[in-house]
Amino acid sequence: MAAQESTRVEYGKALLQLGKENPDIVALDADLSGSTQTKHFAKAFPQRFFNLGVAEQDMLGTAAGLALGGKIPFASTFAMFATGRAWEQIRQSIAYTKLNVKIVASHGGVSVGEDGGSHQAVEDLALMRILPNMVVLVPADGPETRAMVRWAVEYQGPVYIRTGRMPFPVIYDEDHRFELGRGYILREGEDVTLAGVGLMVHHCLEAAHLLAQEGVSARVLNLSCLKPLDWQLVVDSARLTGAFVTAEEHLATGGLGSAVSEVLAEHCPVPLQRIGLRDIFGTSGKAEILLKHYGLMPDDIKGAAIKALARKNGR
Amino acid sequence: MVANNPIIYYINKTGVHTIVTKNCQEIPDISHLREIARQVRLDIIEMLFKAGSGHTGGSLSATDILVALFFAQMRLNPQDPCWPQRDRFVLSKGHAAPALYAVLSRLGYFPREELFTLRQFGSSLQGHPDSSCTPGVEVSTGSLGQGLSIANGMALASRLNGGGTRVYALLGDGEVQEGQIWEAAMTAAHYRLDNLVAVLDRNRLQIDGRTAEVMSLEPLAQKWEAFGWHTLEVDGHAFPELLAGLQETHGVKGRPSMIIAHTVKGKGVSIFENQVKYHGVTPSKEEYEQALKELHAA
Ligand SMILES: Cc1ncc(C[n+]2csc(CCOP(=O)(O)OP(=O)(O)O)c2C)c(N)n1
Repeated sequence: MAAQESTRVEYGKALLQLGKENPDIVALDADLSGSTQTKHFAKAFPQRFFNLGVAEQDMLGTAAGLALGGKIPFASTFAMFATGRAWEQIRQSIAYTKLNVKIVASHGGVSVGEDGGSHQAVEDLALMRILPNMVVLVPADGPETRAMVRWAVEYQGPVYIRTGRMPFPVIYDEDHRFELGRGYILREGEDVTLAGVGLMVHHCLEAAHLLAQEGVSARVLNLSCLKPLDWQLVVDSARLTGAFVTAEEHLATGGLGSAVSEVLAEHCPVPLQRIGLRDIFGTSGKAEILLKHYGLMPDDIKGAAIKALARKNGR
Repeated sequence: MVANNPIIYYINKTGVHTIVTKNCQEIPDISHLREIARQVRLDIIEMLFKAGSGHTGGSLSATDILVALFFAQMRLNPQDPCWPQRDRFVLSKGHAAPALYAVLSRLGYFPREELFTLRQFGSSLQGHPDSSCTPGVEVSTGSLGQGLSIANGMALASRLNGGGTRVYALLGDGEVQEGQIWEAAMTAAHYRLDNLVAVLDRNRLQIDGRTAEVMSLEPLAQKWEAFGWHTLEVDGHAFPELLAGLQETHGVKGRPSMIIAHTVKGKGVSIFENQVKYHGVTPSKEEYEQALKELHAA
């Protein structure tokens, strides 16, 4: 089994490292610096770290002001509170004038676990994807997290990065580099395309493995750059395989499933099955149980692939 | 550009304005500030009448505050709007954009003719301030309650950048009903932002009526004081008081300053003064003519 890393922990390390390299980087948190992992930066650079207390709206506004003052602010809290509580601050104070604020929010999806539905962001990708000027990223593992954070420092403009609480298996090599607007083919296949973000990328790979045992060859995509989406890769994959499955730890509406639907409907309509929460909030429980409960496991993805294949073959 | 602008020349000659000099050392000529404010009000009326929509009352109540800040307090360089050492201004009550635009054009940030494109399609003067289209506008605002947090961030950045730059924010009194304002009030005090000055346009009216009826604010000065701000109250239409208040904030160490400026909504045009109705209503033809008459006679 591959090594396990949690994307939030890797974010914390990356931020610390980048903070050493670039004195313009500042970090903000809203009383969750342990959970979001900004605590390492805070300890190393107390003058460049601002805890705003339990005040997410103020945190995002303050980040906007720091960006206007030439700094590169990284603002972190739980995905729910960053994108939910402070959505309008992100819209008006940051996205509207394309300010250079990086929002790295942890605890995306139901794998948050025991804290329950109030703390599991299942709509954050929808809330961020809808905003003009916003880049939306969901790293699939540790190396991709580090690559994205490093890239975000160089990029001028607002970026939303969703990290997870749970450790994920590592997919990429240590020297992985991130490119804006690029999706990645992780496994070649001709019968069906499986596309995921975050932890679900790993589940797509496992599903492809299960499908192979039944003679079905699945192409697997990591669409970690949810916005701007690599629509060319989506279209090419749809043309090649003729059947598509999306998988995300998010509502099946508004996130990856919607983004892919939009592209397919306009450019290459093929049968699509979406894996995600169906108009329902999360609940308390162990992450593994919740992922099963909401149908987010490799087996569920495999089932969706077989459905998409059946539709493709007119059955 | 400046040489062609009679107002700027006039101001420079008499030393009212302090562009690029240190904090206003000389005593500005109050009568000249009053004259500038009168002309700014004329421009506001003209702009709003031509635009046919926009916020009359809150632009007029804020005019003297803006004139005091921009013509006698802040360090600016209209020829180089991005001059790094400039002081920063955040119009948190973004709906008073006409007043800000009139002041900026008078300082030479853009030609006066542009004022009369306010709110039109393709204009650089958006209905609410937009820093991406208008030279001199530092921050995009319009959604109330967000500007003070941004000002805090700018003040923190100024400190990290070695200080020197002061940050000014103008708030509405209805606006401070927003919870985020009080989050920001705590933040500014917690981080001891003595390079931050907020001015509160206390005109006692908002859209649906008097602030006292819609959502009481009093005791307002005590609230800011209790939140850790150096708080003072001035007559927001009396330049000597405004300037003295602003001057006083330079001596404040270790905490932010709040100047509660008592104002009259619609100030300068009798039919608009203290009238809730003229919050977001622009002058009719007759009102426009009467307003011009009054302001010309003032
Ligand atoms: C968040 C938000 N809510 C509502 C509005 C609509 N609005 C515009 S002005 C205003 C009243 C503001 O009152 P005040 O701050 O006292 O402004 P002034 O009287 O000085 O014009 C409201 C509710 C807004 N612009 N932003």
